[in-house]
Amino acid sequence: MSIDTPPPPASPQPAGPQVGADEWVARQQQRREYLPGGFGQMQRAIDGVGWWPRLAAAAVAGLALPLIGLGGFQLQVGIDALVVALLAIGLNIVVGWAGLLDLGYVAFFGFGAYGFALLSSSQIGRHGIHLPAIASLPIVMIAAAALGLIVGWPSRRLFGDYLAIVTLFFGEAFVAFTNNVAPSKLGGPNGIINVDPINSFGHSVTSNEGYYYLLVVLVVGTMAVLRLLETSRTGRAWRAVREDSLAAGAMTIPVNRVKLMAFAFGAMVAALAGTIFAAQQISVFPTDFDTPFLIVIYAGLILGGAGSIAGAATGALVVMVIYDGLLRSPTDSAYLFYGMILLTMVVKLRPWRRLYLILAATAAFGFAAHSIAAAISPSAVAGGSQSTGWIADALRDWVIVPANPQTIGNWGFVLLICLLIALVQIKGAWRTVLLVPTIYLASFVWETRLVAEPAITRQIMIGAILIVMMNARPQGLLGARRVETPQ
Amino acid sequence: MTVPQDSVPPLLELNSLSLAFGGLLALSEIDLRIGDREIVSLIGPNGAGKTTVFNVITGVYRPSDGDVRFAGHSIVGRPPHRVAQLGIARTFQSLRLFLNMSVIENVMAATYGHTRATPPESILRLPWARREERQVRALAEDVLSFFGQRLAGYRWDQPAYSLSYANRRRLEIARALATNPKLLLLDEPAAGMNPAETREVTELIARLRDERGVAICVIEHDMHVVAGCSDRVVALDHGVKVAEGDFDEVANDPAVVEAYLGRDPEALAGP
Repeated sequence: MSIDTPPPPASPQPAGPQVGADEWVARQQQRREYLPGGFGQMQRAIDGVGWWPRLAAAAVAGLALPLIGLGGFQLQVGIDALVVALLAIGLNIVVGWAGLLDLGYVAFFGFGAYGFALLSSSQIGRHGIHLPAIASLPIVMIAAAALGLIVGWPSRRLFGDYLAIVTLFFGEAFVAFTNNVAPSKLGGPNGIINVDPINSFGHSVTSNEGYYYLLVVLVVGTMAVLRLLETSRTGRAWRAVREDSLAAGAMTIPVNRVKLMAFAFGAMVAALAGTIFAAQQISVFPTDFDTPFLIVIYAGLILGGAGSIAGAATGALVVMVIYDGLLRSPTDSAYLFYGMILLTMVVKLRPWRRLYLILAATAAFGFAAHSIAAAISPSAVAGGSQSTGWIADALRDWVIVPANPQTIGNWGFVLLICLLIALVQIKGAWRTVLLVPTIYLASFVWETRLVAEPAITRQIMIGAILIVMMNARPQGLLGARRVETPQ
Repeated sequence: MTVPQDSVPPLLELNSLSLAFGGLLALSEIDLRIGDREIVSLIGPNGAGKTTVFNVITGVYRPSDGDVRFAGHSIVGRPPHRVAQLGIARTFQSLRLFLNMSVIENVMAATYGHTRATPPESILRLPWARREERQVRALAEDVLSFFGQRLAGYRWDQPAYSLSYANRRRLEIARALATNPKLLLLDEPAAGMNPAETREVTELIARLRDERGVAICVIEHDMHVVAGCSDRVVALDHGVKVAEGDFDEVANDPAVVEAYLGRDPEALAGP
């Protein structure tokens, strides 16, 4: 085997125009990330501002919100939403940055709540332990970090679904533990009641306003701390491990230690949220820390965009305000339901005349169906809309609500699912035609069944929002676009 | 070039290194020495065990027999990040960049083992943490500038996935340089490149040695690159070292020709 004379060295590349063209192409991708027109300019302007003025503006907005007069219920929704926001920010460390699918995360929240409850109540000893918050908060957070290391240690070599199943087991084990172990101390299913409020130096937070302000400060403070950590060597190491742990190891990053650090930091933030939760509720119960709540935290993180601190907080606030705030009252949830349908149509249906056509056809279809049903049997339209206000007036002569809607509503729901599947499969003009009865049927099912079952409807709505979101914007509200990395 | 035989130990030394996966002998009694600022090419057909040698050196696999000595000390059994910290950096045949991180973050991440700031220090932005961060940034800009216009400044804050294939290969080398290596293991740096880019890779390897002072072990199938840059060539076949010497010696070695092309049928038929 031989080889020709080595080829001549490369001629120097002419600099300038080529690189310029290259750069233009590279920047084109960035330009495409922005919306066209005025919104895009607004995005650019916001992106031009540093992170801390934006965070400060959000903090001021959060602190000013009660001044416009939040009622007791709205304030409670705000508190719950902020607790979940804090949890989502912590989960973002583990899932968004280190890429570890941790399904036992809610147990650290529970650990924080139970830890604070034990240190701030009469459960232990004759007179109980009543530490001030300034002492108990650090103790609980450090203990949670240690627990994170203990849980992370045996599973440090796992990732993906293996890690998910191990951590899920841990989460379930926590609930079983609090339910069954040492009922005289942990209270079993009855939990711990009469937990002290957050108190230090003779002051204590007793009002809901107080907890709201405290939570705004804690959420904003945690966001700032984590933002500083994200851009440090630790943050880079977390993301490097997420992207490719083998390459990270070859680039001097101790993969296992970095994973454990992510677990510990996530656990600390979750425990902090737990302490405030326990103090504000004045009690803790095992069921507060079960898997359904974990799903809400994940929904917030995914909706907002895993990997982004602001995204995690925003997503959690949006999910909780929808889930806990709007979907409890029939009227509010009706606004949300019809508003979402209308918004989706406005965004998705082009050209405009197609949108107008479908809206007019749906309206006509509804009035026709209603009058036919009324002519056949008055009892078929005897039921009223559950919502109140103008939306109920508008729907009175449009949507059919029978006097006894349960059975027919259930069948309508099944039919609606079939129609939705058909709608996805069919292309062209028939899709437009099919859209009209589908929208009408959706309203029918909403008015007859969904609105009467808020507990189930909330889950369905969150699921629907997530599905729509994952199709429209897979990276989440504020997340950065990501490519899949081979493992 | 002859193998240095003086009392100073070579930078890297593999002593009858063997690796078995169950009954399959992937490497069999490999001896290899790489001196300071030496460029050694590792050639051989697919499946010869070239990448496996890299994986054993960097601690991904533990050898079943034999020793790996770096700068006079055995490094067998050390985890990959420790080996990298000692000064052995590598690139990957199938690119393994941190695709969703920015170009400069890819490089900055590789300084983890040589920096000290703890999370609390980073959060508080203490003076030494800030100084360290500035040094990391300066080092990253320095190694990226090594590639001139190819990884020019406007690309630094773009995600790594936006880079072209050839630029991804360059970024992998830049990332490896950021670990401050004494020995650089390049796994097929010219794979998938066009002839002009291949020539550039050949020059780049020489420049890495001359300007960065690193010893280089390069796995390469492109014989232009091998001929253009190697001080010494080592040929592997089926996990066995079959030839070693300068390029012409190895290229004309019957065992190497046989490994690549099979035995000459006329010679087989024989008189």
